[in-house]
Amino acid sequence: MTDLAMVARVRAGDADAYRVLVERHSRTLFRLAYRMTGNEHDAEDVVQESFLRAYRQLGRFDERASFGTWLYRIAVNCSLDLVRARKRRGEITASADPEMDDPLSTAAAPDPAPDRMAMSGEVRERLSGAMNELSASERTAFVLRHFEGMRIEEVGRVLGCQPGAAKHSVFRAVQKLRRALEPLGSAR
Amino acid sequence: MTHLSEETLILHYYGEENDTPAPEGTLAVERHLEECGECRALYGSLVRTLNMVDALPVPERGEDYGARVWERIEPGLPARRRWLGFTLPPLRWAAAGVALAGLLVAAFFAGRFYPGTRPTPAITAKAPDAQGPERILLVAVGDYLERSQMVLVELANTTAKGPVDISAEQERAGDLVAETRLYRQTAAHTGDTRIDSVLEELERVLVDIKNQPSRMTPRALEELRQRLEAEGIIFKIRVLGANVRSRETTAAERAGSKL
Repeated sequence: MTDLAMVARVRAGDADAYRVLVERHSRTLFRLAYRMTGNEHDAEDVVQESFLRAYRQLGRFDERASFGTWLYRIAVNCSLDLVRARKRRGEITASADPEMDDPLSTAAAPDPAPDRMAMSGEVRERLSGAMNELSASERTAFVLRHFEGMRIEEVGRVLGCQPGAAKHSVFRAVQKLRRALEPLGSAR
Repeated sequence: MTHLSEETLILHYYGEENDTPAPEGTLAVERHLEECGECRALYGSLVRTLNMVDALPVPERGEDYGARVWERIEPGLPARRRWLGFTLPPLRWAAAGVALAGLLVAAFFAGRFYPGTRPTPAITAKAPDAQGPERILLVAVGDYLERSQMVLVELANTTAKGPVDISAEQERAGDLVAETRLYRQTAAHTGDTRIDSVLEELERVLVDIKNQPSRMTPRALEELRQRLEAEGIIFKIRVLGANVRSRETTAAERAGSKL
């Protein structure tokens, strides 16, 4: 059954239909939230909050749109809210403590060689730092384009901006990352 | 020779250069890269960077992850199921019935807290049996009104020269909207139009706050403050809250005298 059919059932009062949508989209949303926030705990929170918000706002969902894209937009907003709140409270971020809950900390092979460990540590720090240097829109646009494989036009829809603006966010993000990571790449 | 821009190379990497105006289509870019060492070097650097970024792993979540998410969020879902869930499995009817009864009792007391509200005879007859739930509901309603008031007062008292991040207040407003709707539905169920009307006003304000940009300009803040003052919504909430607290005290005393 399609997402839209399930949405119609939820709107008709069948809350159990929402379970299907949750089960269908949770893993995708977790992946997005993890890329956006940089740690598992926050990503879990974002997934739950996104589904709660989506349920509350279901009355405003336009059935001509894609439920997945709409849900993505909510998850992106939840992630941004969380990241901003964390920054406002001055909490430790992935870049400040790269060993803790950092995306790349789980990348190492089970028994990595010392040079690989040194390199992955350096890459991790640089990448975390570079990702945190991106503005909210740059980070979001980059995550959606690069990791989620969305076309730029779709990224614009999720971000609620024109494709041109989304494209420039992707450009700026890639340029910043390249400047930060290029020395490591050329050293290889 | 005119070199390719970094933007064109980024679009080429993502296979979207055909979406841009000619002459930088895929074939043209590839031909240029074959001929131009400088652009080839830049593109190579770009590819190396993005390959490095690709090393960013995401922790795996199992097939049952969605089911676990559902278990966690289901208790927090607004009461749509409880009002409209005619497809509930039979074993859940008892729980739904208890919840519905609780809400009806809540409506009864909420209706009585507001000045000038007339209790209906049918509900009055139920009141003597509801001492325990009454106090619990009073606390819940009182807490809800207090939290609503706090959000509005915090925003009304915020002064700033530049944009203010109100995302935390918006999140709280979003949660309160769901609760407001629950109490409104209950009030509508018992025909209490007065309480419904105050909550309707509160809901509108909370929804507007929730839908504002998360960075609110000083001007928008000032407009919100003026609106709160003009509608007197904070005052109305205080009156309702005072009635709730007074009723709570009476209920507690009544319960104490029965012991």
